[in-house]
This record gives sequence, structure tokens and C-alpha cells, in this order.
Amino acid sequence: MTATATSARSDLSELGRSETALRTFLHGLPGVDQVGAEQRAAQLGTRSIKTTAKAQAIDLAIRMVDLTTLEGADTPGKVRALATKALRPDPADPSCPHVGAVCVYPAMVPYVAEVLRGSGVHLASVATAFPSGQAPLDVKLADTRAAVEAGADEIDMVINRGAFLAGRYQEVYDEIVATKEACGDAHLKVILETGELATYDNVRRASWLAMLAGGDFIKTSTGKVPVAATPPVTLVMLEAVRDFRAATGRQVGVKPAGGIKTTKDAIKYLVMVNETVGADWLDPDWFRFGASSLLNDLLMQRTKLTTGVYAGPDYFTLD
Amino acid sequence: MFEYAPAPESRSVVDIKPSYGLFVDGKFVDPVDGGSFKSINPASEEVLAEIAEAGSEDVDRAVRAARQAYEKVWGPMPGRDRAKYLFRIARLIQERSRELAVLESLDNGKPIKESRDVDLPLVAAHFFYYAGWADKLEHAGFGGNPRPLGVAAQVIPWNFPLLMLAWKIAPALAAGNTVVLKPAETTPLTALLFAEICQQADLPAGVVNIVTGAGDTGRALVEHPGVDKVAFTGSTEVGRAIARSVAGTRKKLTLELGGKAANIVFDDAPIDQAVEGIVNGIFFNQGHVCCAGSRLLVQESVADRVLESLKRRMAQLRVGDPLDKNTDIGAINSAEQLARIRELSDAGSAEGAERWSPPCELPDRGFWFAPTIFTGVTQAHRIAREEIFGPVLSVLTFRTPAEAVEKANNTPYGLSAGIWTDKGSRILWVADRLRAGVVWANTFNKFDPTSPFGGYKESGYGREGGRHGLEAYLNV
Repeated sequence: MTATATSARSDLSELGRSETALRTFLHGLPGVDQVGAEQRAAQLGTRSIKTTAKAQAIDLAIRMVDLTTLEGADTPGKVRALATKALRPDPADPSCPHVGAVCVYPAMVPYVAEVLRGSGVHLASVATAFPSGQAPLDVKLADTRAAVEAGADEIDMVINRGAFLAGRYQEVYDEIVATKEACGDAHLKVILETGELATYDNVRRASWLAMLAGGDFIKTSTGKVPVAATPPVTLVMLEAVRDFRAATGRQVGVKPAGGIKTTKDAIKYLVMVNETVGADWLDPDWFRFGASSLLNDLLMQRTKLTTGVYAGPDYFTLD
Repeated sequence: MFEYAPAPESRSVVDIKPSYGLFVDGKFVDPVDGGSFKSINPASEEVLAEIAEAGSEDVDRAVRAARQAYEKVWGPMPGRDRAKYLFRIARLIQERSRELAVLESLDNGKPIKESRDVDLPLVAAHFFYYAGWADKLEHAGFGGNPRPLGVAAQVIPWNFPLLMLAWKIAPALAAGNTVVLKPAETTPLTALLFAEICQQADLPAGVVNIVTGAGDTGRALVEHPGVDKVAFTGSTEVGRAIARSVAGTRKKLTLELGGKAANIVFDDAPIDQAVEGIVNGIFFNQGHVCCAGSRLLVQESVADRVLESLKRRMAQLRVGDPLDKNTDIGAINSAEQLARIRELSDAGSAEGAERWSPPCELPDRGFWFAPTIFTGVTQAHRIAREEIFGPVLSVLTFRTPAEAVEKANNTPYGLSAGIWTDKGSRILWVADRLRAGVVWANTFNKFDPTSPFGGYKESGYGREGGRHGLEAYLNV
């Protein structure tokens, strides 16, 4: 078994050296049947998570939130407020955990860093000409380095979808490798923008490509195109990280982002993680939600579970 | 770890009476000789209700009531008026679906998520679908004025009690027949609740009659000289006996019997979805499915990979309380069936196949069997030939498409089959050569009222569902 695993590992590391090898490998992955994948995702969504399991899931989901603001209108004041909320999401309840990370544009990183320093909450920054990725490589890398220097310890990059859809896998691969290098010690999340990849076969291929190139996380979406994270897309990505670990021994995280707004949705994703990749991924180090309004719904449901009554929206902070 | 807390569906939505009579001529009546039996909850062995046992005199009363209703009311009634009743029944089933689903899970042992999400929606859909045909029979392709047959004797199994009732009653009534139906002795309760729904719908007396009992009641019903049509779903053994008893009479017969379906996975299959299909094929309804994909034929070049994924997936199956909304596999329907599953599984081990089940804790009371697969199975093993009717999968391998087809067809049965491949042309090539009534491609156990269902060879004859299903109840 060890011998097989080792040889598999060295085999995969060679793939990035040639366009042909990458293409052969990615197109040799088992296909995804659309109807079947959607049906499985829907089935997992029918699990009934109640009482103690729900309480456990809500706290875990809060710890997995990448509290995000990615607006042209973001200001130092706005992101400081968000970072403060990340530390203590429910000011009325000190037992409420802090979120996983705060995610902002590179220019906002210094202001967030001041607030988060030493707190254990990670600081993520989008980079590489987010959200389109349509900039020269050196600009994207400079963007990345600037974010890391300013204090980001996680970088959310976008892949070059144009190159991917045109079949130029090597180019996509090389960009991810270069960005990973520019990240230094920062963790690299690779945004596939699955809404633009359109098919589940593409999602599976892009997931493998990102992992082969060294991504620490694969992330569904920027939140800036009409179709963001969906349960079946996340399912296909979870299957990819599961199979990748089986083949290489390396564990990669998954981050669905965009459109996850309710506790009910978040719990469906946790059930999917639990039944697809198992407990190893049920941790903020390996699974995150890219979201903003989700947090208040989680807090509202958490309060409901502890007090038995729903508090009005004015009892939860708007930042 | 993320442990799911118990999420039981409330059983208080359904009111089970301590005892039930026979439903004859629109009323619940006591049997002539007063016999009765008990229906139990297979998940706990608790007695649910005392059920009247119909003797031959009771069957005779029911058949005469059905004849009377056929001649006086239902036969002469215009199709559009029959449709009105069927639509009304369909709507009542939807309205009372939660009640029916809970009762089905209590009496049968199947998980509530299946009775709620599969059985009940399909039951209502069948009534809606055939209600639509009632006034359009001249357009069904059987000539200008197709006539009903008269009184239909219908005997149904315990695996999908209410769904099999719908498959039998909906087309019969739409075509203008009246029915006497005998539900299985281990699962009579939803049929009796359906009788109440017929009353609620003001269905004319005698159009639907329900006689409860075991084999003797069924024999009295199918052998009754007053019936024009016999429809049976159940074992091939009983089906043969019925075919013999009906031979030489004017009765029209349809049989839907056993199966030993091949689920064929080619090396280019979408593996993750194929694994879901394999799991659904054999573990859906505890494998108590006549069209279950009980023989997995997997191409040798991907066998290890598929089996590894399958085992990992099986470890996620949640076996236990049928009323828990998170249960995937419920209870085996009866002690008798459990004994049969055990016997065949033991034969599998004794004949040298390798047995595997995920670690799983089974409840102390009730009838339970862990999801099980056998690898290293050959065509000569009993578990590859005989219908187990339980959560037991036999895994065989093949090398070429021709070999897959040969092995798939090498069974006396021919009810269903599955094909998993990304190649459209191969789906068509294989489907053309499979001798099975239903062939699913890249899916399994998909049912729809518009789609005909039925077997080749010893899996029976006649079709249920769709336009074809009407033929069984029309004089054509």
C-alpha cells in the first residue's frame, strides 16, 4: 500500500510538466452524471438535524464562516466593524465562538489586521485581479504579494477561466503554482468560479488541476457571477478532495461561497461533508463558508436554541 | 464527529383501531366465521391491530358486491364521472399522505423517508394519471370503444403495500372494472385506511372491496368463478400456482413476479453516481424490491475501485428505527423473510463467496439484517441465481460488453436491469440485448405512472403503468 501511494504521489507531481500529461489525466477522470449528482445532493438535503445535533452544527458553522465583504464601497470603518464582529459575533453571549476568517480586498487588509492580531481569526484576502482574473500574471502576483505583506494569511485567488475553457490547462496550472509561490506561508484558496465552468465534469477537472498545482483549498465562487455555490457543485468538489487524498495523501480544504444565507442551507452542507468526506473535514481548517448574511441567521438560530424563542433582527448586529 | 440526534416522525398523526373488519360493499363488516390474525410492527414486534381473516364465504360476498356494483353503477357510469371519483381519491391521498406514510412505515418497516418521499407521491401520481385516462379510453390505442372486463381479483405483496394497491386499483377503476383486493397478511393496514378514503370520497359501494387474510384467502379469491380478471404481484412460486388455477378459465391474467436484476457497471461509468445507483438498487426498501439490482456486474478493470467506493458508501447507511427521518434502511418485513435472507446469505458463505457488511448496530427487538455484499460470486452460486429479497448484493465481474449481456440474461427472471456508462451508443447496444422488462441507464429504481413496468420470462407477464397498463383491464 505504501509503495503504491508513494509511486502515485510521484506520478502526479510529474503531471504539471506537460500540457499533454495534464490533459490526459484530467480527461481520464471518471465523468459526473449530472442527474445522479443532483439527486444525491438533494437526498443529503433531506437529513433532519435537530436538537443537540443542530446546536453542534450551528457552532461548527459559525467557526467555519469566512465573514466577507467585497464591495467597491468598502472603507476602513466598514471592515473594522466587520472584523470586530468576527471576534465576538454575539456580544450578548460570550460562549458563542468566533468565525473562521475575515475576507476582504487587499487594500482593506491592514485595517482588518489591526483588529484581528493575535485573535486566532484568520485574515483572508482575495487577490489575482479578483473577480475576473483578467490581468497580466505579474499584476496578479504583485496583488498577491501585497496582500500577504499587508497581513493576510490566506489568499483567495481566481483561476483563469478563459484559459481553462479554452483547454489551456498548463497555463492555469502554472498560474496557480506561481501564485502559491507568491503566497509564501499564506494558505492558498483557489476559486474555480464554477458558475462559469458550467458542467460538473469541468468542476471535477478544475478541482484536480487546482490541487495538483498546490492549492490548499478549493473554493466554488467569487460571489460576483449569477450562479454561486450549489450543493451538487460542492458535492463534486468534496468527492475530488476525498479522491485526491486517497491518491496523494495530501488533504485539501473546500469552501463553498456565495448564496449560502440560512442556517438550514449551512447544515445541509455540513451533512454533505459528513457523509461524503467524513469527520476529517468537519473543521474550520478544512471546510469554510464564504458568506456574509449567513452569520446573523446562525446567531438567530443559536439564540432560539438556547432561549427557546426567536429574537427580532434588531438584536443582531448589522455591520 | 457529527452525530445526528434522533428525529422521529410522530406516530400520533395516525389513529390505528384495535381491530379491523373486511371492507365489503362500502362497509366494514365482520367475517362470517369470525377468524382473525394480528398485524405487527416488524421494527418492534409490537401488535398494531387485529385483522379479520376472510374465508371463502366472505370472498364470495365481496365478489358478489363487486359484480353488483359493476353491473348497476360503475360499468354504466360515463368515464368522466369515474374520473371525478379517481381524482377525488388522489387528492385525499395527498391530503392524508403523512398519515398514510407513517402507517406504512409502522406496518411494513420501511424508512419514513421512503414512504414519505417515494411511496406516497407515487401512489397519488398513479391515481391522478389513471383518472386522466378514464374518459379517454377510446384514444388509448385499443379500438373505438374498449370495454372493461368486469370484476378484478387483485392480490398484492407486502413490499410496497399502498403503492401496489394503487398500481392495481387505479387502472382497474379507470377502465370501468370493480375490484376485490387482498393485501398481504403482514401489511394490511394502509389498504384498510384506503378503504376509509373510498368512503370519504363517496365512492359507490362495492366498487372497491378489501378482503384481508393469508394464502387461503388469496386462493379463494383468484379461484372464485365470479371474477373476470386476476392480477397478482408476488413470488414466482405463487404466480405459477395462480397461472395453473386460472388456466382453462375465461379469466384474464397478469403476473408481476420475482427478479434477479443485473446492474452493469462499465469501466467508463460515472463512478460516484454508479455507486449511488448500486446502493439505491439493492438497499432501497431493504432490498424488498422485485426489480432490485441484486446482481452487480462490474467490469473487471474498475472492480476494485467500485467496490472500495461502494464499501465506503455502505458505511454511511443508517440502519434503525423506520420512523426516524434519517434512517436509510429499516426493518425486514417479517420473521419468515428474515429467515429466508439468512438462509441464502449463509449459503453464499458456505459456497465460498466473501461476505462483507459495514460495522452497524442492529436493534435488539424486531427483524433486522445489516446491508451485505458478497464478492467473488459466480453464476453458479445460489446467491447469484435465487431471489433473496433482502439487502444482500452479489458482485460478479465481466470483461467485455458481450460477456456482461450474456451473464445479465443468464437467469430465469427478466424484470429489470441497469446500465452504467458514459457512452450513449453502448447504452443502446446493451439495452437492445437485455431480456428485461425495464432497463435503466445511469439510474436505477426510477418509477413513473406513465411508464409501463413488467417482466420477461419467469418475472411474469402483462404490463402495469402507462397506456399499456390499461390493456390488462380492458376487453381487447
